[in-house]
Amino acid sequence: MSATTEFDTIAAIATPPGEGGISIIRVSGEDAIGIVNHLYKGKNLDQVDSHTINYGHILDVETKSVVDEVMVSVMRAPKTYTKEDVVEVNCHGGLVATNEILQLILSQGARMAEPGEFTKRAFLNGRLDLSQAEAVMDLIRAKTDRSMKVALNQLDGSLSRLIKNLRQDILEVLAQVEVNIDYPEYDDVETLTTNLLKEKATEVRQSIDQLLKTAKQGKVLRDGLATAIVGRPNVGKSSLLNHLLHEDKAIVTDVAGTTRDVIEEFVNVRGVPLKLVDTAGIRDTDDKVEKIGVERSRQAINTADLIMVVINASEPLIEEDKELLRLTADKKRLVILNKTDLPRQVSDEDLAEWAQPEDIIGTSVLTNSGLDQLEERIADMFFNEGIESNQNNVMVTNARHIGLLKQAENALDDVLHGIEAGMPVDLVQIDMTRCWSYLGEITGDSYQDELLDQLFSQFCVGK
Amino acid sequence: MTEVRAYNGDEYDVIVVGAGHAGSEAALAAARMGNKTLLMTINLDMVAFMPCNPSVGGPAKGIVVREIDALGGEMGRNIDKTYVQMRMLNTGKGPAVRALRAQADKHAYHAEMKNTIENEPNLTLRQGVVDDLIVEDGECRGVVTDTGATYRAKAVVVCAGTAARGKIIIGELMYSSGPNNSRPAMKLTANLEKMGLHLERFKTGTPPRVDGTTIKYDETEEQPGDVEPNHFSFETPDEDYLALKNQLSCWLTYTNEKTHEIIRENLDRAPMFSGVIEGVGPRYCPSIEDKIVRFADKKRHQLFLEPEGRNTKECYVQGLSTSMPEEVQQQILHSIKGLESAEMMRPGYAIEYDVVSPYQLKPTLETKTIKNLYTAGQTNGTSGYEEAAGQGLIAGINAGLRALDKGQFTIKRSEGYIGVMIDDLVTKGTNEPYRLLTSRAEYRLILRHDNADMRLTEKGYELGLISDERLARFHAKRDAVEAEIARLNQIRIKPSDEVNEFVVSHNEKPLQDGVLAADFLRRPLVSYNDLLRFIPATEEPLDRRVIEQVEVRIKYDGYIKKAEANVARMKKMEDKKIPERIDYDAIDGLATEAHQKLNKIRPETIAQATRISGVNPADIAILTVYIEQGRIAKIPS
Repeated sequence: MSATTEFDTIAAIATPPGEGGISIIRVSGEDAIGIVNHLYKGKNLDQVDSHTINYGHILDVETKSVVDEVMVSVMRAPKTYTKEDVVEVNCHGGLVATNEILQLILSQGARMAEPGEFTKRAFLNGRLDLSQAEAVMDLIRAKTDRSMKVALNQLDGSLSRLIKNLRQDILEVLAQVEVNIDYPEYDDVETLTTNLLKEKATEVRQSIDQLLKTAKQGKVLRDGLATAIVGRPNVGKSSLLNHLLHEDKAIVTDVAGTTRDVIEEFVNVRGVPLKLVDTAGIRDTDDKVEKIGVERSRQAINTADLIMVVINASEPLIEEDKELLRLTADKKRLVILNKTDLPRQVSDEDLAEWAQPEDIIGTSVLTNSGLDQLEERIADMFFNEGIESNQNNVMVTNARHIGLLKQAENALDDVLHGIEAGMPVDLVQIDMTRCWSYLGEITGDSYQDELLDQLFSQFCVGK
Repeated sequence: MTEVRAYNGDEYDVIVVGAGHAGSEAALAAARMGNKTLLMTINLDMVAFMPCNPSVGGPAKGIVVREIDALGGEMGRNIDKTYVQMRMLNTGKGPAVRALRAQADKHAYHAEMKNTIENEPNLTLRQGVVDDLIVEDGECRGVVTDTGATYRAKAVVVCAGTAARGKIIIGELMYSSGPNNSRPAMKLTANLEKMGLHLERFKTGTPPRVDGTTIKYDETEEQPGDVEPNHFSFETPDEDYLALKNQLSCWLTYTNEKTHEIIRENLDRAPMFSGVIEGVGPRYCPSIEDKIVRFADKKRHQLFLEPEGRNTKECYVQGLSTSMPEEVQQQILHSIKGLESAEMMRPGYAIEYDVVSPYQLKPTLETKTIKNLYTAGQTNGTSGYEEAAGQGLIAGINAGLRALDKGQFTIKRSEGYIGVMIDDLVTKGTNEPYRLLTSRAEYRLILRHDNADMRLTEKGYELGLISDERLARFHAKRDAVEAEIARLNQIRIKPSDEVNEFVVSHNEKPLQDGVLAADFLRRPLVSYNDLLRFIPATEEPLDRRVIEQVEVRIKYDGYIKKAEANVARMKKMEDKKIPERIDYDAIDGLATEAHQKLNKIRPETIAQATRISGVNPADIAILTVYIEQGRIAKIPS
């Protein structure tokens, strides 16, 4: 991580995700006002009085389209929670807009706040007293453990491989520029022209762009995680659905299906937005008409990112159950063993060949047991394991990573602009290096040592 | 044999041990600050001697020489008086990486530096071998020589170079020696080790020298110097620049398959590979045998033939550093085009020597364990005359300040390559001889050769190392730069036919409206002199160095501002000091690796702590909270 993170401008959603009518995004740091102002249409926030709340709109910087109608509080240092400049964007809530605004703020140079970081700053800037220090220390310590675990889990193999490959590509170019500079008389290196740099920057930019498009959490937060509940009739699908829907979580939207008569319903499970597909089908089949079983499920399975296979624990597994388990074998899947209040006919051994123990969850919708465990498992899968998308193997699930990728992309844009403006290669390289180190922050590597290793292994230099 | 009888020598303010490139700067700086200074050298005929390549400057290093000059050091002036060729490198690239390099007359360089030292009023130059230090109550209070003399002082700077338990290796031959067969210092570093300093063993090497009259130059490529004047020192006027006909050329030739064959056949006799050499050598300056092994695919390697001076025919074979046996070295030389009948005058050799692991130093280059003891140069694990001189200057200044009881002096990473180097050394240590490279600097665009004077002259003045007269000249230059930048931001250029003709001839779009002269200058192909065709001239023609600054500042304004913003951010971290007596054992929650590293390096600021590898952001967070907690706790409620 870069050395100056202590003084970055940081941002985070300050309200619990998805709940309530209004969400607040808090931004703190030297550039807080400037960053939000850049996205804001309304009064010039640079000039409004401190501790005022201002009506306006947040615009997408690129498309200039309105993202949301907002109220923006501007609080100038030092009389703020962190003793830094603080801006709070009150938006209409809902995961879609809130997350989009956060992403926009991150793309303008703010960094995703670490858990407890606002409080930490408040303390470091002398806002809290000694008695509160202990709590802050605990917070950071807890964060260390968690973030280490999260970092390990989130950087799944394919993402880190991809980032490492990109970085290696960039590094080879950088090493070549460096060798040109530090060993100008060295004959064995092609003098790197801005053309080569342009080629490489364009190439890397495309990869990052693709990566960002598939940035899973962003997509998921915008669109919901497509979730299918499947199972043969009368296993308890609709009760489960109703449980998920009827809990105190708000239903965000209720969209009618477009092509088929598929109903999609949104639900928030511990911060994970689930888009439940084909809920109509569930209701149909579970009612009385026992016509469609597996065929309809098959369609739902194809479009879903997460599948809950519901099995009746009080009846032995039959071929239809097994067929569904087979169909979903290579998907992210939870096996829900429902009706555990009745005498069990399905043993753990019966299911052992179908799923990992942590993905088998015994529930009884009737007695409300096992449902907490189910929700926990969904959140865990999403935040810590990353649920694989239909189209891509590589995905980004972490808002910090998304922010860094966007900054890397901006740096590449600067590279291309520099080349266009006719800047010499060693200046253009500054932005290429920035891109490299943003990517490095994702994988946690340091620039100099790697660069020198690369340089001295790639080139035989002497003078 | 009877024992050498001890006697009391004079007392000094500062004693510098070793008169190489580090020691010379250290002693001159301390003396010029008003300290009675003693400079000890093993051999008076080797003051500021160049045992390896006869050149000064190059990428990063050249900028260091200008920084030394801006701080009132001697290297820039000395090379300006004694060069035989001057070249600006990287002229096709941006301003931050342009690099001046001079070929030196190594004998004249030594003689000139010795003369300067001899003429320095507060400075005594004396031959002798320092065996030990006087350390009382954890403070260094002087030195003891092998002749029995005890010299007391308030501060001591050790710049022992490769003489520190030096060992020369040529094939199967091995003997204790300092550089170029001088007497080694066998006891000093051994005694430092007894005092608790951790030592390492490094290795470096040098190529054979050949008789220039036996080289067939017509079979090599000539590499002449520059016609356009350039010097290292702010003080050297352009008029002093040597006409090209008075400069000496270097010559380029290559190794070939036959050369590589000879080396491969004799690898069993190469100390590099037979396990004889234990010291760690530099990757950036490998021996020829190392190059052949590590880059087996490469068909040829460049060799530069560099004259060692005007009054000698000795020629340095740059690129052919080796410790192969003498007879193999001869075969290698004779396999090379242009050197078929070259007479070898000195064989190349490898030299191993003692290094004080630099993590044991403060940014002032004072050792953490022994107060008033400073180290600099190769002793600290660096390589290169410029790196040594830069450290010597800082160590000498700080020793001088200590003797005067006047605080300390350091250079930040954002202020100079010298700062980058010292911070790297004390924060990260080094596991090979450390060389400055431009890529080591994160603020490369700010650390340019053209603005070294802007960055450091006033600091040099405050230290008493820059004269009033020079400061005035510097201010005049600085003001001229600012005035001209301001002027170009006011004058407008109209889209006249003349202007547009010029613009179109440079393959750019013609102007539609008038533009500011500064904006016009931002166009890649427009130089300041082009601009002068369309705007009124200044009252007095501007000095070329002023013009250079104006061009760089305007053309690369956007990049410079970005870099400056980063520096400003970093400054906040630099300002967060870590208490010297902090007890890392008392901090709960630091990761084990971070705890160990912090304890070992004991960084002085939070910024420095962030640069230690293995100390991650969570550790920094815990550390800052802990420090803040302590600060609050001290305030009585």
